[in-house]
Amino acid sequence: MNALYSLVLVFALVLIALFGVGSAHMAGLFGTLLPYVAVAVFLVGFANRIIGWAKSPVPFRIPTTGGQQKSLDFIQHDRFDNPVTPGQTFIRMILEICCFRSLFRNTKVELRDGRVTYASSKFLWLFSLLFHYSFLLIVIRHMRLFFEPVPECIAFVEMIDGIMQIGVPRLYMSDLLILAGLGFLLGRRLKDPKLRYISLVTDYFPLLLIIGIALSGIYMRYFEHVDILAIKKLTMGLVTFSPVIPEGVSVVFFIHLFLVCVLLVYFPFSKLMHAGGVFLSPTRNMPNDTRINHHENPWNDPNIKPHSYEAYEDEFREAMIEAGLPVEKKA
Amino acid sequence: MHYGGKIITGLVIFLGLVSMPFWFNIGGSYEEPKVELPKNAKVCVAPTQNMRENHMKLLDQWRDMALREGKRTYISAKGDKYTISLQNTCMQCHTSKEQFCDKCHVDASVTPYCWDCHVPPKEAK
Repeated sequence: MNALYSLVLVFALVLIALFGVGSAHMAGLFGTLLPYVAVAVFLVGFANRIIGWAKSPVPFRIPTTGGQQKSLDFIQHDRFDNPVTPGQTFIRMILEICCFRSLFRNTKVELRDGRVTYASSKFLWLFSLLFHYSFLLIVIRHMRLFFEPVPECIAFVEMIDGIMQIGVPRLYMSDLLILAGLGFLLGRRLKDPKLRYISLVTDYFPLLLIIGIALSGIYMRYFEHVDILAIKKLTMGLVTFSPVIPEGVSVVFFIHLFLVCVLLVYFPFSKLMHAGGVFLSPTRNMPNDTRINHHENPWNDPNIKPHSYEAYEDEFREAMIEAGLPVEKKA
Repeated sequence: MHYGGKIITGLVIFLGLVSMPFWFNIGGSYEEPKVELPKNAKVCVAPTQNMRENHMKLLDQWRDMALREGKRTYISAKGDKYTISLQNTCMQCHTSKEQFCDKCHVDASVTPYCWDCHVPPKEAK
């Protein structure tokens, strides 16, 4: 049901853009005002979330570890799964962020011959990598619409992405790979009953929204052949703060743009914030050195001295005896 | 704030990257590239907007017809006959690659591989 709700929600968004631009002729709203609002909400919302997290104090080391702790010299220490120095932690973070190392450990639970079995399952890791890196490539590629002249590095990414030279306009590999990634991520939630049970609208909605964005983009490039220069005129108008709605911009472009705006607005308030959150996860970004360094609670008020039981009894002995409470020293 | 300096630095770098299209273009303006239109002809093989959007499909189709099927005649939607040839038909009117093709292609960062095989016309200097 949650998947269906999300699907209906994405369809509704598409229809809003379709009728908003196609029938109500509000291209100005969808093409100029909304993108500005969306970018502003994204930037402010993102900063707000990060600062909010930065303010929550996590002074004590609570890393989740996945390897042998630093111990005696003859026991081999797993440096990047159980780091003890800031340097090792840094490498652990880089591996986590660039290679999704914790997903590589993903396992699946199955009943086999009436017994519970655990087995390695790398597909989540593989398809997540495909999805995230394709998304990154696609975002970089889109920068050609926001710079004039187009920087060499963006043209280079485009060249690599279309290096197979299949069809006209050239087929981008990232377009297929992002759909493969998204398809798997959605399919795994739908297929596995255990995952389906714990999946919410907030799980399905971003997936379906990004699928909608990808499909509308693919449709524009390979099927409708939109007038790219009219679109560049619009996007350049946006980034030079002199917005225009040129002639000949297809309504599919406005649908695509509207879905992207929804994604930008939704981003800071959703689980998509794992993009920033992964850097601040205390279970990842802390070295496991609690047995090496003594932890001093930073909130301890130096004016509050330790109060032992003996001192406590000394203070209240008479009252305690009066009340009939057991005391260790009688007088 | 624990590690406030590092977190704020990272945040500023990220927001700077995301908003790069905006601050990079501060004070800039954008002019749509103006292609040089042919002087000796008024009509192309298809209407202008159609050519703007679909010329690559047509050229692809022309390549297949000429090289794979051996057909050298194309009949346009209007019923006019054209010889299928990039150099002898298209470039007859659009004489300059730099003033016509490249204008939009450079602007949109499109690098078609037409000229891997075809010889671009000599540019007037």
